[in-house]
Amino acid sequence: MATFGSFALIIALALAAYNLLAGALALRWLATGQPAPISPERLADTARRAGIAGFLAVTAAAFALVYSVFTNDFSITYILEHSNRALPGPYKFAALWSGQEGSLLLWAWLLGTYGFVLRLTHKADVKLYAYAGTILAGIQVFFLSVVNFAAPPFALWRGAIPDDGNGLNPLLQYPEMVIHPPMLYLGYVGFSVPFAFALGALMMRYPGERWIKITRGWTMVTWLFLTCGIFLGMHWAYAVLGWGGYWGWDPVENASFMPWLTGTAFLHSVMMQEKKGMMKSWNVWLIFATFLLTLLGTLLTRAGLVSSVHAFAQSSIGSWFSWFMGFVLAVCVFTYILQRNHLKSDHHLESLVSRESSFLFNNLVLLAACFIILWGTLFPILSEYVQGTKVTVGPPFYNRVAIPIGIFLLFLTGVGPLLPWRSTSLRSIRRNFIAPTIALWATVIVCFAVGVNPWKGGEFSSGNFYALVAFAMSAGVFTAILSEFLRGGAVIAKQTGRNIVSATYLLMRRNTRRYGGYIIHIGVVIVVIGLAGAAFNRNVESEMSLHDKIHIGPYTLEQVGATQDSNPNFNSEYALLDVSKDGKKLFQMSPEKRVYLASSQPQTMVAIHSVPEWDLYVVYEGTNPDTGNPIIKAFLNPLVGWIWAGVVFIVFGTFVALVPSLSPSTAALRAPAVRPIPTEPALKGGD
Amino acid sequence: MSTPTRSKLMISTMLGAPSIRRFLPNGWDSDTASLVLKTAQARGPRGQVFVRGVEAFLLAIAVCFSLGAGTSSERYNDLSHRMMCTCSCSQLLGECNHVGCPSSGPMLRELSAAIASGATDKEILASFTAKYGATVLAAPTTHGFDLVAWVAPIAVFAAALLGTILLVRHWSIGRTAVAMQTADPTIDALRERIRRETDSGTNGGL
Repeated sequence: MATFGSFALIIALALAAYNLLAGALALRWLATGQPAPISPERLADTARRAGIAGFLAVTAAAFALVYSVFTNDFSITYILEHSNRALPGPYKFAALWSGQEGSLLLWAWLLGTYGFVLRLTHKADVKLYAYAGTILAGIQVFFLSVVNFAAPPFALWRGAIPDDGNGLNPLLQYPEMVIHPPMLYLGYVGFSVPFAFALGALMMRYPGERWIKITRGWTMVTWLFLTCGIFLGMHWAYAVLGWGGYWGWDPVENASFMPWLTGTAFLHSVMMQEKKGMMKSWNVWLIFATFLLTLLGTLLTRAGLVSSVHAFAQSSIGSWFSWFMGFVLAVCVFTYILQRNHLKSDHHLESLVSRESSFLFNNLVLLAACFIILWGTLFPILSEYVQGTKVTVGPPFYNRVAIPIGIFLLFLTGVGPLLPWRSTSLRSIRRNFIAPTIALWATVIVCFAVGVNPWKGGEFSSGNFYALVAFAMSAGVFTAILSEFLRGGAVIAKQTGRNIVSATYLLMRRNTRRYGGYIIHIGVVIVVIGLAGAAFNRNVESEMSLHDKIHIGPYTLEQVGATQDSNPNFNSEYALLDVSKDGKKLFQMSPEKRVYLASSQPQTMVAIHSVPEWDLYVVYEGTNPDTGNPIIKAFLNPLVGWIWAGVVFIVFGTFVALVPSLSPSTAALRAPAVRPIPTEPALKGGD
Repeated sequence: MSTPTRSKLMISTMLGAPSIRRFLPNGWDSDTASLVLKTAQARGPRGQVFVRGVEAFLLAIAVCFSLGAGTSSERYNDLSHRMMCTCSCSQLLGECNHVGCPSSGPMLRELSAAIASGATDKEILASFTAKYGATVLAAPTTHGFDLVAWVAPIAVFAAALLGTILLVRHWSIGRTAVAMQTADPTIDALRERIRRETDSGTNGGL
């Protein structure tokens, strides 16, 4: 199977190279009109077919690796190092991306899959798709070169083949690890597609903004995958690492967050180009930057430039990525310089207080946040270069610098939708901002009343202050979005005689993109509320003998047993804790510590009881060697569940935004004709 | 009670709170503040609305500050979250919990002892830096080259914000100049009508 996989990878590389060269040649002939020995259209089509065949070849290689894992083929070094016989099936599948070589193969396969779908749907715009397909083939050549020559997944083990493998990293033996990395990779790799379309459109001087409409779905789906990947990673860190948190500003986390920020900026600013023909150069560079940041993230973590808890994927392939990034940047700069006069804006902003400028400021803030994270991630390297000593840039830095920017972004999330296009009248501002402002200040008062006080104990607490501002701002933003729904729903209800719920549903269907966006914003608000809860986390740690109790918040935890278990994959120790409140037993928790047999590595399995107010989060930290008693650490983490609930809204909102809006004729048919529906400029104002 | 007297009483009460006083400009007291309000009130109905608004705001703040009980600060918790564990786990000292960590336990005991000995935060951080190296601090210091880490993001953000504002102003001024040259009263009236009518419903979509 190793030979089959290796051949499949070589064939895939050859096909990708043909796709790139033949595609580039055909497009060159078409662009210049030079006489060609064969029809450029036919040559371009052979390139497209080579791309499809290349996908099949990479799929065969990925299948070969998965098959080898399931058949315990330890003659392959990668399988030996990342699997073992007793590993449960789903985790064997996860072994595909648990190491360097496998994850790069997964990257190549996902890129092949995106390319496959793109090439199958080429009839939407044959020429633009040919450009995009050729650029994707160029990216694929790079990744397939890496997996063929720098990090081959089918390299054979030299020496006697052991009976069993080293096993999968215990940190990765958790259900979310079966979906988190593929989601993240789908996001990373997916940004290659809008990048290819943007670069292709620029190369061919694509007329108008239609290419943005064509790529919109790709960009949103990619953004959704990246969002889900990031949040799944957060949940994994929360449930597995056992430190009570979900985001540690680790370089790998930062690496995933940076393209998300620029991708989010692109999704917003691209609407300006679509509607107003503005910010064309800006958008092109945003998507270029997003793609480059996905490569930079990979470079940072694979090359070992920065220390990270995700050290299981480090190697020497960093130089490959450095060269490729340099090459991509050079191509982008060269193409931009050559075609920049094609990117002149049709309009400019008219007022500082308008929907357009809110988009501009939104972009500014998102990019500032991206810069801060990049700066913080790279500063240790810079410091070592300048002053010879490395420094740590950890959570205190990001919390101080990035949180204020995040709150400003939240403010813009609320303000933006309330501002009309072009410019705003004072009357309009007064009318739209009254309810959100009241909600904001009412929340401030309620927060003080329940003890969210930045000056608690006579000393200023920045955590409490930021939480207070975040809660108040969230209330304001939520009210602003809700008022947008209700105002629009009320207009339709008045026109059609429907009830307000049905009218609001029709409103959403008429403009799915706009109202899907609002639902995403509501999700963001809910996530922010959850994040702000971290200011009030508390914990208690204690060695617990039988019937010992610890108290945290309203809960009392009593140790009623400590026991051990064993299976072919791991041995475990766990404590049984009865949890009671006001003297009444509620439930039992069993935090656990495992020692995986193949790797002899320990791992905590946290017990979490989640309710809307907080999570009771209990960690089995180990046993006291003298007494044999378990050491338990219990956390009470307020509002964590809101983070995951917010993600559900984000996902739902994205799906809504992806659904095509009802056309005016369909909308009219669906609306009961109580009264003729007049043309309503306010509702038809967007798309 | 007349408005100025009521305001003065409210302001006097509030200015008694040190947490409020720290936010007032130097030299401000209850007389200065009430004089400002009195002047505003003398400006007619709009001034009175302003005064009532300020009163409502102050009342809200006064209520807020009187609520919520205070607790003592936790230096141990604070300092353990300003340093990193040195076992290569890349976690804050106060949060490192991985099983069998050889570093966090001794470091936390050292921190407790240092706090008990009466050392200041600065002295404790300096002693940990001397012992474990600069990487033990979870964030760059605010002197020497480390200061650049803090200044650069703020400077870049401020420059970008200023640049954006100036750019938008430049565009809007340029557009106004063009509009002045091609002014047409009929179009202006039509534009005003469109704006008025679109203002009365929702704001237009994305």
